[in-house]
Amino acid sequence: MIEGRIVKINGPIIQAEGMGACGLYDVVEAGERRLIGEIIRLNRNLATIQIYEDNTGMRVGERILSEGRPLSVRVGPGLMGRIYDGIQRPLKDLYAMSGTGLKPGVKSDALEQGKTWDFVADADEGSLIRAGSLLGHVRETERLDHKVLVPPSFAGEERLVWTAPAGSYTVDEVVARGEKGSQFSMSHIWPVRKPRPFIRKLGMTEPLLTGQRVIDIFFPISKGGSAAIPGGFGTGKTMTQHALARWSDADIIVYIGCGERGNEMTDVLREFPKVVDPRTGRSIMERTILIANTSNMPVAAREVSIYTGVTLAEYYRDMGYHVAIMADSTSRWAEALRELSGRLEEMPAEEGFPAYLPTRLAEFYERGGRVSTLGGDTGSISIIGAVSPPGGDFSEPVTQHTKRFIRCFWALDRELADARHYPAISWIDSYSEYAEELRDWWQHINPDWLEVRTQALDLLKREERLAQIVKLIGPDALPDNQRLVLLCADMIKNGFLQQNAYDDIDMYSVPEKQVLILRLIMTFYRRSLEIIQAGAPLVRIRSLESVERISRVKSRIPNDRLEEFRDVEALLEGELGKLKKEYSA
Amino acid sequence: MRGLEFKGLNTVSGPIIILRRKENVGFGEIVTIRDREGAEKTGRVIELSDDYAAIQVYGPTTGLSTDETSVEFLEKPLELVVSEDMLGRVYDGLGRPMDGFSPPFSSTFLDINGDPINPYAREYPRDFIQTGISAIDGMNTLIRGQKLPIFSGSGLPHNRLAAQIIRQAKIRGQDESFVMVFAAMGVKYDVARFFIDTFEEGGVLSKVAMFLSLADSPSIERLITPRCALTAAEYLAFSLGKHVLVVLTDMTNYCEALREVSSIRGEIPSRKGYPGYLYSDLASLYERAGKVSGGQGSITQIPILTMPNDDISHPIPDLTGYITEGQIVLSRELFQKGIYPPVAGLPSLSRLMKDGIGPGMTREDHKDLSSQLFAAYSRAKSVRNLVAIIGEEELSPLDKSYLSFGDVFEKKFLSQGEMEDRTIEETLDRGWDSLSVLPRDELYRIKTELIEKYMPMTEN
Repeated sequence: MIEGRIVKINGPIIQAEGMGACGLYDVVEAGERRLIGEIIRLNRNLATIQIYEDNTGMRVGERILSEGRPLSVRVGPGLMGRIYDGIQRPLKDLYAMSGTGLKPGVKSDALEQGKTWDFVADADEGSLIRAGSLLGHVRETERLDHKVLVPPSFAGEERLVWTAPAGSYTVDEVVARGEKGSQFSMSHIWPVRKPRPFIRKLGMTEPLLTGQRVIDIFFPISKGGSAAIPGGFGTGKTMTQHALARWSDADIIVYIGCGERGNEMTDVLREFPKVVDPRTGRSIMERTILIANTSNMPVAAREVSIYTGVTLAEYYRDMGYHVAIMADSTSRWAEALRELSGRLEEMPAEEGFPAYLPTRLAEFYERGGRVSTLGGDTGSISIIGAVSPPGGDFSEPVTQHTKRFIRCFWALDRELADARHYPAISWIDSYSEYAEELRDWWQHINPDWLEVRTQALDLLKREERLAQIVKLIGPDALPDNQRLVLLCADMIKNGFLQQNAYDDIDMYSVPEKQVLILRLIMTFYRRSLEIIQAGAPLVRIRSLESVERISRVKSRIPNDRLEEFRDVEALLEGELGKLKKEYSA
Repeated sequence: MRGLEFKGLNTVSGPIIILRRKENVGFGEIVTIRDREGAEKTGRVIELSDDYAAIQVYGPTTGLSTDETSVEFLEKPLELVVSEDMLGRVYDGLGRPMDGFSPPFSSTFLDINGDPINPYAREYPRDFIQTGISAIDGMNTLIRGQKLPIFSGSGLPHNRLAAQIIRQAKIRGQDESFVMVFAAMGVKYDVARFFIDTFEEGGVLSKVAMFLSLADSPSIERLITPRCALTAAEYLAFSLGKHVLVVLTDMTNYCEALREVSSIRGEIPSRKGYPGYLYSDLASLYERAGKVSGGQGSITQIPILTMPNDDISHPIPDLTGYITEGQIVLSRELFQKGIYPPVAGLPSLSRLMKDGIGPGMTREDHKDLSSQLFAAYSRAKSVRNLVAIIGEEELSPLDKSYLSFGDVFEKKFLSQGEMEDRTIEETLDRGWDSLSVLPRDELYRIKTELIEKYMPMTEN
């Protein structure tokens, strides 16, 4: 135990002497209330420390203690379904201990003490193990098989001499022993700022399906990919993040509420247990871990909450699972960096942010990816970071630097949000570099995907150009074939892109349904164009019943009754066929 | 209660004083400062090093000398005496009674900074508050426990709107009314007087606790005022189980005071000279709203802020909007058209609306109707832009119907009298009336059954 003395206090940044034996980023307990902090700068004997709790009342001269190890999280069975603060303190326990308000200095174990898990050994006695080897497994939730692996910090190889017989064990009990005396329990600790090792990174081949049409069809993300959702306030960043956390087909979700509203986390806590995962039939809370460091909680813990989240994600990735991280919002994290950097009196770069902002962002996003794990499985981490640009201006540093490290950009648009068109993902400013890589996958599921996608995007781009003209001279000055483009673009916007998160049918679309809707609209466009070229006026087409039917199909046909699309197709063929006959005669 | 006392200062610079200290003091501790005449001021320790302490003084530092000033450390954070008797009282910006009576008798002292509410302890707000104002109830519904600011500009009727909300706010089917906490930061005396008159006329003066730091008080006092008010509100709501409506005006003045102090402390500024922690600091106020599990009460916050130069991207409204659960934006354009309340249709938003409306709470058609009204009004706005270029005659019949929708919506739905208290049913019916101007197949966001049930019969 290293012991020092506080010599200077400036908000959450303090300085202490006598800490020369500590390493950078070692964790400390500061002052009488033993508040958790982290060493962020060392200068000979003098350590600069950021404190993760409110340190009002702290005095110069108080003691500071360190065990000489970096800030770490505890991993093992029992993480799933829980809500932690930025330094992995379980908020439910803190509530039981200190009530409504969060009091500084209150501590509780990250994994429930005394709780037992039914461990079944998978490794045989006498087998050779190394870091990442499978020791056994535990059923963590009804649908989640928690693999107990040899921790990545384990060096070399060793032969197992004993494994625990199947039975109930706590996370601290030894469940396996090696010939050289190594002992393994179901849990271990891991420093949050150190990425967990893997064998190699792999390419992306499979989409992270989200059930959100604008994403899956237009701007898809792969399992292991990284995406940013930038948008001014009220454009629906959090709503989009919630929808992704609910519906994406990841095995595990780590949701990091970083410097955002308290009620949003309450909303997740209240709603998620009720939402059933369409793939497993179980509550999605059983696959979700929440990290909540809301805007009014200490700012230093906000900075670290991102790392806590990604470390937990890596732990499950190592078991061969597909994990998705929602970080809401990375801008609040960057602001925490800025605030702490300011107190350290560092030279600021753009808009007061420290010069190392891009490095930190890169480090974070690079912890995502699809990898081959130490144990020989394939797992992935997809990172979806919300960005909150001041004034909704995307030229600010956090958005710009983030763009360098992500490959999927879902730009939220103020005008769409104002018209309550959600998700307000702009089809003009957004992009996804993963679309190419996912072509093969879609080709396999529904060969129409690429074709309708290209046609629809092209149509929307033409509409964008026409809209400029319409703004000047009004739509009536356009010829009918161009007005048809406007009509069909409206159908794509209202009948396909806009998705109602509160409509039981519309909230989630399976990939087949997504393609069917879009194909329907594109067929309508092609057939109508022929008829207009044959001389029919647009009014005739606009007043067809199919126009309204197609626009409403998204919320009429449920995912499990896709055959009903044939009725709409038949109606469309019938109506347009009749018109065609009339004019080609 | 007397603590350590020191005589003599090293530096006096604006509201910050620095002194050499021999004994130990705590970070964030409150001090009493006595000048050469013996007049007392309050201050707070904001930085400590081995020998020095920096103190932020909540009052004028004019006349403070380095030799003749004494500083007493009180060994506690700034606290407020709380009790039910706070209601009906008037306090100054630092939480001291200014109505000539002694502080309410109580043994409960609370740290004005409060503790951050554990997200696990929160209860999601979902009780609809009927304000009787169509623009709010219909389009941007206020929920009990919500923080919904009014973004205004100078000269716009934000105070009248806030007063109307205060007068009319009620939970339907419940007799229980709100108690109020009112905090004025740097506003003129007339504005404070306007609110006091409103409370008096409504006969609710005995249910209001007022914290006034007017324009002529030292600006730094404003950093304390909202914290005192919210501490009072938390006690009333979470300890006594009351439903509290908190009005904070004007948050812009609060932020200016924060910038002033930050610049004196020589901190690195971020946007427009405001400190980098403006977001965290505002959050420490706005997040003190809501409901907690196991408790009866709630805190509903209505902060008012004037957007400098009507610019919604200015750091103050911008960061506020990122923290609060929506915003009511007042529009100068509507105001100039003579529309009251001039609530801008499109940029206004209530994030908690989705869970507080619908069958059993307001009416089954509320969600679809409001969504359709937003979409149609947005279209009407773009048609208006078109008219400016090509003239009304050139419009298609559909665009013309949107144009008249825009006018009907503003006249029949948005506009109402200052004393007019509409029920939610009346508000929604007025919404349907406005939509009846449009062809039926334009109502693509409303379920057909609802259209049939609620659309008034017209020749259209």
